[in-house]
Amino acid sequence: MQNKKDFNKNHRMLTLLTWAFIFLVWFMITRFNLVSHLIVPSPGEVISTFISIVKDGYNGISLWEHLGISMLRLLIASLLAIVTAVPLGLFSGYFSKVGAVVDSIVQFYRPLPPLAYYVVLILWLGIDESSKITLLYLAAFAPIYIACVAAVANIRVEYLLSAKSLGASGKDLFFQIVFPACLPDIFTSIRTAVGVAYTTLVSAEMIAATSGLGWMVIDASRYLKSSVIFVGIIIMGISGVLIDQGLKALEKKIVFWKGYQ
Amino acid sequence: MNNELIIEIDNLTVDYPTENESVRALDGVDLKIYQHDFICVLGPSGCGKSTLLNVIAGFTLPSDGTFLMQGQPVAGPDRQRGVVFQSASLYPWMSVRKNVEFGPKIKGLPAAEINLIATHYLEQVHLLEVADQPPFQLSGGMKQRVALARALANEPAILLLDEPFGALDALTRIHMQQLVRKIWKENQNTIFMITHDVDEALSLGTRLLVMSKSPGTIIQEFSVAFCDRVDERTGRVYVDADYLARREEILDLIDV
Repeated sequence: MQNKKDFNKNHRMLTLLTWAFIFLVWFMITRFNLVSHLIVPSPGEVISTFISIVKDGYNGISLWEHLGISMLRLLIASLLAIVTAVPLGLFSGYFSKVGAVVDSIVQFYRPLPPLAYYVVLILWLGIDESSKITLLYLAAFAPIYIACVAAVANIRVEYLLSAKSLGASGKDLFFQIVFPACLPDIFTSIRTAVGVAYTTLVSAEMIAATSGLGWMVIDASRYLKSSVIFVGIIIMGISGVLIDQGLKALEKKIVFWKGYQ
Repeated sequence: MNNELIIEIDNLTVDYPTENESVRALDGVDLKIYQHDFICVLGPSGCGKSTLLNVIAGFTLPSDGTFLMQGQPVAGPDRQRGVVFQSASLYPWMSVRKNVEFGPKIKGLPAAEINLIATHYLEQVHLLEVADQPPFQLSGGMKQRVALARALANEPAILLLDEPFGALDALTRIHMQQLVRKIWKENQNTIFMITHDVDEALSLGTRLLVMSKSPGTIIQEFSVAFCDRVDERTGRVYVDADYLARREEILDLIDV
């Protein structure tokens, strides 16, 4: 136990050192003017830009609104994807007829880069929120759906047979055995899907938006405000990590048996 | 045997389809199972003993012949035939108690009765104190005891055990055998068990079936009563000349 603790401590130390090194390199490059500060702004500039954006916002919109609208788009799309892809994927895996209907559609659009069909969505739904949320929804749907279909196929045969021998059938078998047996895989796929949706979100905001983190970065690039670009990218990175950590904590609580089956 | 006839199998044949031709797993099996039988099935691997259990459980349908349970043909698995698999098939998302309660809950019994049943069978397998733990925290032997309690909780007409102690160490196995023997005597269960351990079969069964490979069928049946001559304390059978003779006979049959 003590060894494992030391081991973890060592690893955390390594992670910290890695980041310290990255900051040191960054600091050195700008300190000795190795490149123009328009290309790589100094840490000091980035921090002061961050403070001013937190205080006054960017382009008249506060940072929290930019962050909030991005997170809201992500949240709505992810929730929609979860509540539709999980049942549809489980049904497709469980009833081959449902699979025959849905599978090919998902397989067709899944390899397409989301931005390729974003133009079609804008054409159909307009440039505002609905096209963005639909785009993120489609991006998040595929990984969850596909993982659910595979999860049903991978359920231990003994779970299903023993449940049938205990008298379970139909609804009981589906909700009390199939669904919980697939939950670990479902959670893994949700983490993947939210990650995919998040990258798609930023790119979508860069193409067509007037708010959001992605828009802030692309707008700043038009005026070569490189410190704003850096602030935006750092916030995106950190919020991405925080979202995944949150999902991971939720996973640990709900799917407490993961890895023990 | 004046006990009630539970299962009647007549000229049972099972073919498994493969790519070019079908493989015959069972060929012309006749078997009658009566109440309070403790049947142990022995045979070399590939003799179809698991297929026979799967047919009785309802997991595999006969290709030919009849299989009646209490006079009725069987269409698939149901709560009349409880199964314990070699590897524990406990549901990790449910506590030990919830696993045992699963059958009665599906049956739709009132909550108080479900609770009573689970407590009774958990007590019988000596696991009441771990009732609220998740099953993955238990040892292999404890897991099999939960699986046993879960199957018993439904009070099935027959209990099917598919090499239930195959993955356990020798000492745990003897404890499990003792427990199953005690439960069988106490509850008057009917048990159909597959094993590859001749001593296990001799120390538990009342009827031993020996199966052969290609054709997969029952070649001989022995009626034994060594289970009445077990040392209560150690759980081991008093071995005598009679026991050893039977053991040799069976080993000769299997090891052809």
